[in-house]
This record gives sequence, structure tokens and C-alpha cells, in this order.
Amino acid sequence: MVYDNAVRSTNKLGVEAEGLGKRYGDLWALRDLDLAVPAGSVFGLLGHNGAGKTTALKILTTLAPPTTGRASVAGHDVVTHGARVRACIGVAGQAATVDGLLTARANLVMVGRLYHLSPAAARARADELLAQLELADVATKLVKEFSGGMKRRLDLAASLVARPQVLFLDEPTTGLDPHSRNSLWDLLRAQVKAGTTLVLTTQYLEEADRLADHIAVLDHGVVAAQGSPAELKARFGGERIAITLMDAAAIPRAAAALSAFVDGVVVEDPEARQVVIPVRTGTRLVEVVRALDAAGLDAHDVHRREVTLDDVFLAITRRERAVKAAA
Amino acid sequence: MTTLVADSLVFARRNLAHIRQVPEKLFDVTLQPIMFTLLFAYVFGGVIAIHDGSYREYLIGGVMVQSLAFGIMGPASAIATDLREGVVDRFRTLPTVTGAYLTGHVLAELAAILIAIAILSLSGLIVGWRIHTDLPHAIAGYAVLTFFAFAMIWLGTWLGVMVRTPDAAQGLVFLVMFPMTFLASTFVPLGGLSPTLATIASWNPISAITAAVRELFGNPTGMPADPAWPLQHPVIAALGWSTLVLLIAVPLALRGFRRRTAG
Repeated sequence: MVYDNAVRSTNKLGVEAEGLGKRYGDLWALRDLDLAVPAGSVFGLLGHNGAGKTTALKILTTLAPPTTGRASVAGHDVVTHGARVRACIGVAGQAATVDGLLTARANLVMVGRLYHLSPAAARARADELLAQLELADVATKLVKEFSGGMKRRLDLAASLVARPQVLFLDEPTTGLDPHSRNSLWDLLRAQVKAGTTLVLTTQYLEEADRLADHIAVLDHGVVAAQGSPAELKARFGGERIAITLMDAAAIPRAAAALSAFVDGVVVEDPEARQVVIPVRTGTRLVEVVRALDAAGLDAHDVHRREVTLDDVFLAITRRERAVKAAA
Repeated sequence: MTTLVADSLVFARRNLAHIRQVPEKLFDVTLQPIMFTLLFAYVFGGVIAIHDGSYREYLIGGVMVQSLAFGIMGPASAIATDLREGVVDRFRTLPTVTGAYLTGHVLAELAAILIAIAILSLSGLIVGWRIHTDLPHAIAGYAVLTFFAFAMIWLGTWLGVMVRTPDAAQGLVFLVMFPMTFLASTFVPLGGLSPTLATIASWNPISAITAAVRELFGNPTGMPADPAWPLQHPVIAALGWSTLVLLIAVPLALRGFRRRTAG
């Protein structure tokens, strides 16, 4: 792992897990998750729906007991010292769990009181957060009248009330418009700069790329790959050539025709009539076009680009499936 | 212990704030009984004869008990809504004392029901109902009502934990409580019923509780000549029924809540 040993030995880990697993009936929602998230860093859990992201978050936030393994948050074991964990975390779930029948301000004051702030301190903190999250204008409005984005912001404000050491956010920007997403990212960066450890799940790879220091890609409850965004991108090849064909049916023939250039996992996307191939270094675009032409294939578009986390994610999850199918 | 009290009060205040925002929440225990009071007092009052007093004085005890029985609905839909919307999960990630959420919920419902009892008493006074006994008996009467309301709150909490939607809880309460509160001495004296119905009604807990309230307030009871055991000892029977409901509903509600919130 890439972490500095000095950091690890002083036990400044925000989140730590060993062999964490959760079984629901016959189904393992999560298996063998190992985590070592340094305090003050951002950790991103990536994966499709049902990959185990939310399950991992539930265990780490003491909402669900693990079936196997152990985990600690801010130095406290999530099973044996759940109360201590809860005192130093903030959580915003996937659904905005704010109270529609209270005003925005009353929601935050209530949460502050439940963190055992004094009434005055809870009110002051509520006003501070409402201003910070641009909700001051609607502080006295009932939350049920809020838009989805406003509810999300309030939900996030609620998770920040107690200035948590570790913040857990389950898909924090799902359903937000680009402007709100950007301002949310800024806010989260400021939190991390102030020393908060952030664990977030997301389906947006761009989000993980921009925010996370370290990423784990989950697939069917198992970690398929871990590393920093740069490491993952390096590991899964530098350059991609994306070919958009005239006809989706030609994708397999195109993939076959270009096999000589491939270095990694080819990703086919029939809906976009597209095949994305990770290419060997030094591959020239004109060679690719000639090979397509030689196979009698016409392309709507051929272009070369740097690898994105999307490519990495697709390569990892497809490879896992291929391995499973072969086994 | 002090944090349990403090946390519970925060939750109770939240639930009461809901009532302030949506006063309709209290309709089933306020407006509906007032409507029943007026309908029965003025429409049916003339044709229902009570051998030991006026029908209006007879009626109020019944309306009070019926509205408290319908009080199952409030806690049921409150709990069902919270569980459905994930609010409870958010609370469970906060450093609150275990049990504070449920304690707060019961406290708020109890406060709401006390308001309802006060409104019912006032509307009773308006149509001519009076308490004819001394203060200790009057207090005992209200205590029987409150204890019964407490049992119904727990029954409603259990129901709210079991159903998937608040609407399901409402439907179920109507389906069960309408016949149950009518097949009793709530609105009509047992003497007017056929022997079979009269037997069922005599053993209906609602009859015992209304009889207890009427007896303690010194209102006419309309009791038949040779009533069944629970109606001969209505106060003991009322407390017994309420205790029985609590003994069943509290553990089931707690178990169901734990099950619904287990990861």
C-alpha cells in the first residue's frame, strides 16, 4: 500500500477495516474489505448499484453489524464502541433524511441537540451551516417545500453539525445540478483541509477523480481494485482509442481487426456503437484506420484520448465478470 | 439517565412540531369525536333511552373511549412514516441514547392525547355532560382514560412497525376499530341489543372501559340488570384490559422496531 509507514504507526487512521464482510441470507453483500484511510484524506468507494458500497458504509457508521472482520473509525471499534464512533462521525445517507415537517433551521437545531449541544450552541451552529450551505434565505421554510438539491444540501449540513472527525457520504451529489455539485465539492474540500476524513461512495468517476486520494472499486461485494486515481489510471493503461462504428453489429469484427494494437481490456458499448481499446504505446492512429479499412469496416469517428477513471472502472468490472464466467 | 430524558424530549418536541405544522394529524382524536358527540347527542339522542339518566351524559364517556381507541392511528402512521423515509437510520447514526427515539415518540403521542381528552371534556361540558363525583373519583376517571390511551399508543406503535405504509395502518385501524367501538356499550345501552350481540358487547374491552369511566365520573351507565363480570367490576376490568394490551404490545413493538432497524 502507498501510505507512509510513519503515519500508519502513529495510528492516525480515520478508518480502518480488516476482512470486513456482510451476509444477508445466502448473499454476501460485502466480502473481505480491507481499508486503511489516513486521517484527513478522502477515500472513494466506487461501484455499480448493489456492488456493496452502501453496505460498507452501513457497517462503518454502526447501522449494521459486520458478519466477518472488524473495523474502527477514528480509533473506535464499530461493534464494541458504537456510541463512541457515533459521537465523532457525520453521516448523510443516499436518501435525504431530513424532516419535511420541520423548518430547515429546526432540523439542524434538532440534530445539534441530539449531539448534545446546548440549545444556544445548537442554534448558533445551525445558522452558521445554513449560511455556509446557502440556505439562510429558506431557513424558516418547511423542508417538504424544498427542491431535491436543497434537501441534499440540508442533509449534508446536518451531517456537519458536530464538526465530525470522519464524514461518511453516500452518493452525495446524485441528482444535483452541475453548479450545486461544484459548490458541494468546494465545501467538502474545505472540510478535508480542516482535517476531516471523508469517506464517500459515488457512481460518478469524475467525482472520485477530483476528490479522492484513494479509491476502492467494488464489484459484487469484492474489492476489484484499490489505489490512487493516478495509480489506477497508470495500471490500466495510458491511452485509449475510441472507435464509433456505423453499425453496432460490427463491434466484434472491429475488435478482432484491432487485436494487434490492444494492451488491456477492450470495452464494447453497443448502444453508443462504440468500442474502446487500450492501445500499446506508440500505436499510430493511421495504423488503426488502415486496419479497420482492411477489414472492410467504416467508422463514424476514431479518436485517441487519455485514459479516464470511467475506462478504468469499466475495465475492472468487465474483467471481473470475464474471470467469473471463465471459472 | 439525564441524557435519555434530554434526548427523548428532543424527539418528543419534534413530533409535537409535526402536529403544529399539520394540525389534521389530531383530527381523528379531536374533530371526529366532536362530530360523533354532536351527531349522537342531537340525532340519535332522542331515540336512545337510558334508564338511569340522560343520554348526553351517558354518551360522553363512550365518545372519549372511542376516540382514544382511534388514537392508535397517530403513533402508527408516525412510526411507519419515519421508518419508511429513513429518518430513523439518520437518528441511529447520532450519539443518542438507545430507546430515546421511541420514548420521545410515546411522550409526544401522550401529550397529544391529553390535549384531545381536554378538548373532548370541553365539548362534553357544552352539550350538558358533567362530572358528578368528587375530585379523587374524577382524577381516577381521567387516569383510567390516560392508561387506556397509553396502551393504545403502544398498540399503534407496534402496528406502525409492522406495516409498510402509513396508509395501511390507517385502513387497518378503521377496519378493526369501527366495529369494535360500535359493538359495545359506547353509544347504546346493552339492553337494546339481541342476546348474542349483548354477550359479545359485554366482554368487549371497550364496554368495560366506558363503564369504568362512567362510573368514576358518576354518569349514567345504562347497565342491564345482571351484567357480565367485567361490567360488574368495570374499573378492575378496564385496568386489566389495558395492562394486557401493554404486556403484549410493548415487547412486540420493541422487537419489531429492532428488527426493522437491524442492518
